[in-house]
Amino acid sequence: MLYAQILLNGLVLGGLYACISVGFSLVWGVLNVINVLHGSFVVLGSYIAYFAYAHFGIHPFFSIIIAGALLFALGYVVQLGLINRVVGAPVLTTLVLTFGLDLLLNNGMLLAFSADYRSVQLANPLGSAVVAGLVFPLDRLVAMLLAGVLTGLLYLLLVRSKIGRAIVAVRMDREAAALMGVDVKKIYAITFGIGALMAGAAGSLLSLVFPISPLAGSEYLSIAFIVCILGGLGSISGAIVGGIALGLIQSFGALFIGPQHGLTIAFVLLIILLIFKPTGIMGRRGYE
Amino acid sequence: MKRPVIALIAFAIIACLPLLGDNYLLRLGTMFAMYAVLAQSWNIIGGYAGYPSFATAAFFGLGAYTGAILQGFGWPMPLAWVAAGLLAAVFAGAMGSAILHLKGHYFAIASLVLAEVLLEVTTSWTSLTGGGMGLNLPIIRMSIAAQARLFFWSMLGLAVLTFLMSWYVSAGRIGFALRCIRQNEDASSMVGINTTRYKVVAFVMSSLFVGAAGALYASWVFYIEPPDVYSVMTTIRPIVMTMLGGAGTLLGPVIGSAIFLVIEEVVWRNFLSVHAAVLGILIVGLIFYLPNGIVGAVARRFRKRGAENGET
Repeated sequence: MLYAQILLNGLVLGGLYACISVGFSLVWGVLNVINVLHGSFVVLGSYIAYFAYAHFGIHPFFSIIIAGALLFALGYVVQLGLINRVVGAPVLTTLVLTFGLDLLLNNGMLLAFSADYRSVQLANPLGSAVVAGLVFPLDRLVAMLLAGVLTGLLYLLLVRSKIGRAIVAVRMDREAAALMGVDVKKIYAITFGIGALMAGAAGSLLSLVFPISPLAGSEYLSIAFIVCILGGLGSISGAIVGGIALGLIQSFGALFIGPQHGLTIAFVLLIILLIFKPTGIMGRRGYE
Repeated sequence: MKRPVIALIAFAIIACLPLLGDNYLLRLGTMFAMYAVLAQSWNIIGGYAGYPSFATAAFFGLGAYTGAILQGFGWPMPLAWVAAGLLAAVFAGAMGSAILHLKGHYFAIASLVLAEVLLEVTTSWTSLTGGGMGLNLPIIRMSIAAQARLFFWSMLGLAVLTFLMSWYVSAGRIGFALRCIRQNEDASSMVGINTTRYKVVAFVMSSLFVGAAGALYASWVFYIEPPDVYSVMTTIRPIVMTMLGGAGTLLGPVIGSAIFLVIEEVVWRNFLSVHAAVLGILIVGLIFYLPNGIVGAVARRFRKRGAENGET
């Protein structure tokens, strides 16, 4: 029974991790840019949810829309104005640039919100349900389901919509897509915006689960790194598999080795995987 | 071969800093020397070979803890520094042969994760490292002023050694091979350059003096803790300094570390709460307006002037 409970916890955690990482994976896959800002975007989403609840009583599940829209705008502008200018440059340039932008954003959040940990205290939380001896923390569970819905919507967007097809086309072959009349710079900006949107939405959901602080940004970024490498870059299924793998590793690692070593185990696994199978569990894909 | 000699003379002038008798200046001088060690070391793998290594903090932290622990066992300071450098080099050799076949982002992440893993190991291994409580180093029986001079000269000596290593690299076969790898690794391999060997050599070279500098830093500040020595900033600073001065050049990292130190010091004194943001702005400005660094920009200006005067 203990194992079943840990399995359940790991799956719920993994679903949230997948939602954190899917936007990161999209940006990495399509733009070939590691977005170091991603962790801070998630934190910003959490703050938007926090203030929306504190001032206007909007439930974090609904502030997904607000946080998503605001972060989409932010991401779109950042990509169009700054990152687009160096998108073809060596890896180091884009990495250091997004790191610099992250320093700016994070410092801004520290000044605006201070480093104190906050959390959303719901007036009437859903509590938890016990089914067949397993405890289901309902708020987390709904957050995970919403994360799943969002991820599904992103998948539909990529597969069905015109913009989605253009994004996939740019990922497959930038020059060919440009020749077919795709405005590559605009698609980059939209893709980066969608990555930020997913980060903001994940942040709103996570505001119910984790304490909120600018300092949490680097941890979300580590999670996104690990999930992308574990699951394999560039596909939504990869992010889901990687997220759930990380959730399970953390839950079971906490049981067998100790809760403080969850990320360590993941990091060691990450290095081993990088050495022997850098394409991850699902291999490299292109959002087919 | 004129410029390296000028640089060595500059180092010799800086070595006279203790004559001014200002401890604050001496502290700055020691910081400059440490930054110069880190930046020049990173330049070998990141500048010449063009591999985006984020492993500096791993080498630095490993060196700091090795030095601190050995000194705790009663080793004399210089011996502990040498041992720390060697251990960092061995670590770099072992890890480098495993991760240097990765390219681009994958290599960057793998090298970044090295520091994370070492950080976790150091924090967990409480019996040896003191864990999250940090580690105090044995007290040195020496006057404060004498200590300040000792650490300044030692760190400066390390910076000069690193400079000589960079000079050797840039002027010799290794530098040629690394520049080839940066431009086109497959082609270099095709014309007979053993790319794996040279990459590992470059990675080891970029770790040796960083490890020793870590140990020296530990002796200098008397107290180290894992988040301090394995900090991401330890990795980022040398990269920014090298890009500021000019990556893949001999003098760039030295000039970059001096300018960076001045900027950092001014910002720390006047705008403490926004220092991270200022660094962020510096990085963004650097990438857009000074992509080749100061040395690169100056060289281009000279070339342009030469062309205007009808010279080639």
